[in-house]
Amino acid sequence: MSTHTSPAIELRGASKAFRTPSGALHTAVRDLDLTIGRGEFVAVVGPTGCGKSTTLTLVSGLEEPTEGEVLVAGEPVRGIGDKVGFVFQQDAVFPWRTVLSNVMAGPRFRGVPKTEARERAREWLARVGLSAFEDRYPHQLSGGQRKRVALAATFVNDPEILLMDEPFSALDVQTRALMSDELLELWSGTGASVVFVTHDLEESIALADKVVVMTAGPATVKEVFEIDLPRPRRVESVRLEPRFIEIYREIWASLGEEVRITRERSAADVA
Amino acid sequence: MSPETVAAPSAAVTKDPAGTDRARSRARAARNRSHLVHGSRVLLLVAVLGLWEWLARAGAVDPFHFSMPSRIWEQIRTWAVDGTAQGTLWEQIWYTLYEALLGWVIGVVAGVVLGIALGRIRFLADVLGPYIKVLNALPRIVLAPIFLIWFGLGPASKVASAVVLVFFPVFFNAFQGAREVDRNLVANSRILGARDRQVTFQVVIPSATSWIFTSLHVSFGFALIGAIVGEYIGATKGLGLLVAASQGTFNSAGVYAAMAILAVVALLAEGLLTFLEKRLFRWKPAEAGSDR
Repeated sequence: MSTHTSPAIELRGASKAFRTPSGALHTAVRDLDLTIGRGEFVAVVGPTGCGKSTTLTLVSGLEEPTEGEVLVAGEPVRGIGDKVGFVFQQDAVFPWRTVLSNVMAGPRFRGVPKTEARERAREWLARVGLSAFEDRYPHQLSGGQRKRVALAATFVNDPEILLMDEPFSALDVQTRALMSDELLELWSGTGASVVFVTHDLEESIALADKVVVMTAGPATVKEVFEIDLPRPRRVESVRLEPRFIEIYREIWASLGEEVRITRERSAADVA
Repeated sequence: MSPETVAAPSAAVTKDPAGTDRARSRARAARNRSHLVHGSRVLLLVAVLGLWEWLARAGAVDPFHFSMPSRIWEQIRTWAVDGTAQGTLWEQIWYTLYEALLGWVIGVVAGVVLGIALGRIRFLADVLGPYIKVLNALPRIVLAPIFLIWFGLGPASKVASAVVLVFFPVFFNAFQGAREVDRNLVANSRILGARDRQVTFQVVIPSATSWIFTSLHVSFGFALIGAIVGEYIGATKGLGLLVAASQGTFNSAGVYAAMAILAVVALLAEGLLTFLEKRLFRWKPAEAGSDR
């Protein structure tokens, strides 16, 4: 029906305000219009603390918008849907479960029988290269390995929509590049739509089909840039291409202004 | 490239004996230190007991009031071999242990269940919170006489005092543990598809266990206190009764002997708990300096 023609994600005039502990009303997202097509990889960049992450929580159903509408596959979001996967910035693996058990968690929560869940988990562990580590506990892994567990645990649920909130920001630079390549590889087979929030412009251009620049908070869409770099891409080499640098310059002209505004504001707050 | 890779292992080989030598001497130093610590501990105990014995024999302290180690040992031996006025010593230990254990288990189960429930269900916490605070403010040991009136001289009244002493620390820790669950973990489990029940049982309870276990150590001590005080006030059997009976006959050695037996029982229970904890928390990184 209409679900086939409707875009994967649609935000229509969505706003979100929080009550701060001191009682004031803080608007994180204001009047947000954004459409993300099926199978599209969209990166959202903006100054730190502008409300990028809030956008993701609205799409995931973890939070409801105060105003406006959020649609996933043409249907308004009510609670947490089963089409959504979410990779968090901080470690969100269960420390008391082994690697295998962590990856099995999603299917088991959703009522998949144990043997089938184990099979699927093993398959995804193999794809992220952690087959030899399935009996380890998270504290025995490196930060990059834990992130791989989180990716496997998310992908094993076959999400149609993948929300990623600065997933690699806690990793060192080399590991980050490696993980970005792996993410592109994992994603390429799934046809999932991705919303990837980051403050790293280079990362966003290297990964995405579309880069959305947000304004300084309260966040709303400032500009959308199409990234016409060919796929498949290797993160390390694509950033040396002249076209990449051209795009970078173009987007930075837009993003830099917002970063400046944010910086001036926080300087004014301190003063 | 290749000369380096060849050179590196050979250098390592020549270095190796020195390395293991150093490791060996370091291990020896560590062993010596641990011998020194253990030896000093034993020495300290012997010195204190010896001083006590000597002072009592020399008449510097009155052995009738303060007793002395040899008499206490003699008392324990007599109880163990000939039995006490209330029956064999083992029966007294078993009674106290049974009351403490039963009270502890009931208190822990109630504390954990209510703590997790109130931690998860805000409405319950808001309604019951003030009452629990008031009950906690009460010095609960004064309930022991009431329990004696309610439940009589048998084990039930001691179990009840142990329960009220155990419940609160366990409850507060379980409650805190349920409240302080990493929000990211909860959000993640919800996204992965967990329902409320699954969040409670597979996220909240596992992450609260380390909080709960901290309280288990303390609370077993409380259970023993509850049982002993209950027996002391009125009982037909138990170590607390031994204390009371010894006190009644001005037998200070008896009081100390019962104390020593209690200490051993408490230490054994503590050891068992630590063992269980280690098995349960294999997923946790070893903390620096945690080997006690």
